[in-house]
Amino acid sequence: MTLAIDVTNATVHYGSLLALDKASIQLERGSVCGLVGMNGSGKSTLFKTIMGLVRPDTGSVLVNGTNPLQARKSGAIGYVPQNEAVDWDFPISVREVVMTGRYGHMGFTRRPRKSDHEAVEQALARVELTEQASRQIGQLSGGQKKRAFVARCIAQEANIMLLDEPFAGVDKRSEATIIKLLREVADQGGSVLISTHDLHALPNLADQAILLMRKVLMQGDPQLVLQPENLAMAFGLDPMNRGEDA
Amino acid sequence: MNLIELLAEPLGYTFMVRALAVTVIAAILCAVLSCWLVLIGWSLMGDAVSHAVLPGVVLAYIVGAPFALGALVFGFLAVALIGGVRDTSRLKEDAAIGIVFTTLFSFGLVLISVTPSHLDLNHIIFGNLLGVSAADLWQVIILGAVTFLILILKRKDFTLYAFDSTHAHALGMNPRMIGAVLLGLLAMTSVVALQAVGVILVVAMLIIPGASAYLLTNSFGKMLVIAPALAALAGIIGVYVSYYLDASTGGMVVLSQGAIFVLIYLFSPRQGLIAHRFAVRRRRKNLQHAG
Repeated sequence: MTLAIDVTNATVHYGSLLALDKASIQLERGSVCGLVGMNGSGKSTLFKTIMGLVRPDTGSVLVNGTNPLQARKSGAIGYVPQNEAVDWDFPISVREVVMTGRYGHMGFTRRPRKSDHEAVEQALARVELTEQASRQIGQLSGGQKKRAFVARCIAQEANIMLLDEPFAGVDKRSEATIIKLLREVADQGGSVLISTHDLHALPNLADQAILLMRKVLMQGDPQLVLQPENLAMAFGLDPMNRGEDA
Repeated sequence: MNLIELLAEPLGYTFMVRALAVTVIAAILCAVLSCWLVLIGWSLMGDAVSHAVLPGVVLAYIVGAPFALGALVFGFLAVALIGGVRDTSRLKEDAAIGIVFTTLFSFGLVLISVTPSHLDLNHIIFGNLLGVSAADLWQVIILGAVTFLILILKRKDFTLYAFDSTHAHALGMNPRMIGAVLLGLLAMTSVVALQAVGVILVVAMLIIPGASAYLLTNSFGKMLVIAPALAALAGIIGVYVSYYLDASTGGMVVLSQGAIFVLIYLFSPRQGLIAHRFAVRRRRKNLQHAG
């Protein structure tokens, strides 16, 4: 079976700055994988490499067994941006945001058909935002905002979802909803890659975790990867603060 | 004199009819484009491109090519130079924009001054609404219609580009291409509006209507209707007032747009300064009652 994401020995430089050092990650279909590392550890660069926004100096990137451009054109890659990357004052409603997920299914002028409207309403219902669908995107709570973008991926029918810090500024209820949704996506054969600081949520959510520090330090079971001595390699200390309690 | 006579009198002159037509076309086109420019944060870019097309227009005049072609070439040249200076030096974008467009604009001024022609410097810089020929009008109509059509047909792609270009990329679109098309349309629009208000004031028509509409609504679709409606209204008011006051027509058009913006800035029900003040006061009162 082809892997959903297969990055082999990818090295990325920004000018003279080394952002990714011979990183290799494999993501199987139907699994959720957490990407753990400090700021500047290359998480965003890895996302950009998978999406084809950054071309690695060396190494190869395969998405669904093909190059990233082909994968993008087939609508396979869904993306949930970080909070900071979104203009929350933009005059666009929640429903319109979700509808942009359907653009790959539409023609030249992006005129939605009945099937597009149905897909959008179903996606909104799945993330429990039907009532808020007409609101301007910035008028949602932190968790609702994330759910809106997850709905966009669902409407897109992307089988690979990339989520950049989906739990930042998110309330517990939204976090639980998102986790449940992502598990469903994976159970239906989709693949999910999440970068997160929320290490406590990972064992419930992820089948695998990757420890990143410009190079891949570890890839494996979340329980194992989140062991204090392993986290210390990536963070220099235990970010879950278990040292004092234990 | 009653209102109907007041409105009808200027229409007895062909030059006034043409002036009104050019103003309304340019105002609507600029206003539609301005909705994206203010949201992307390209107001300065609009300023730069609208000035930088000048040498292109003059060169096109000299070799007898269509003005739009010259404007497109120099519009893209300006954007490329701005990006080049920004990326290959320690200068920030605003400095790069300031250097590139003033230099290109000056090049245009020098070209006009050494070219023996009917081109009148004042007309290009301040517009020449009252001297619009039939040929000018046709050029504005055709160029305006083509630009308007592309903007409206591809509006959803432009909006997605403005809102989330990474998502556009993830869907296999080419955001750089979408941005380039938008800049090309900006150059074409500059040619249309140059006729109406001149190079210097084009930027006003490229910012004010979109900014005004943005303060009135939370829906981009509504912005695309409100902005051109306001701009056309301001254009008509400006032309009439300039006729009766014998004042600069281009100046009066932009002044009207500015006046409408001030009204919206103050009185917009949701985003307006006064509504905002009231909301703050109400909240404070509620807090006092609660305390």
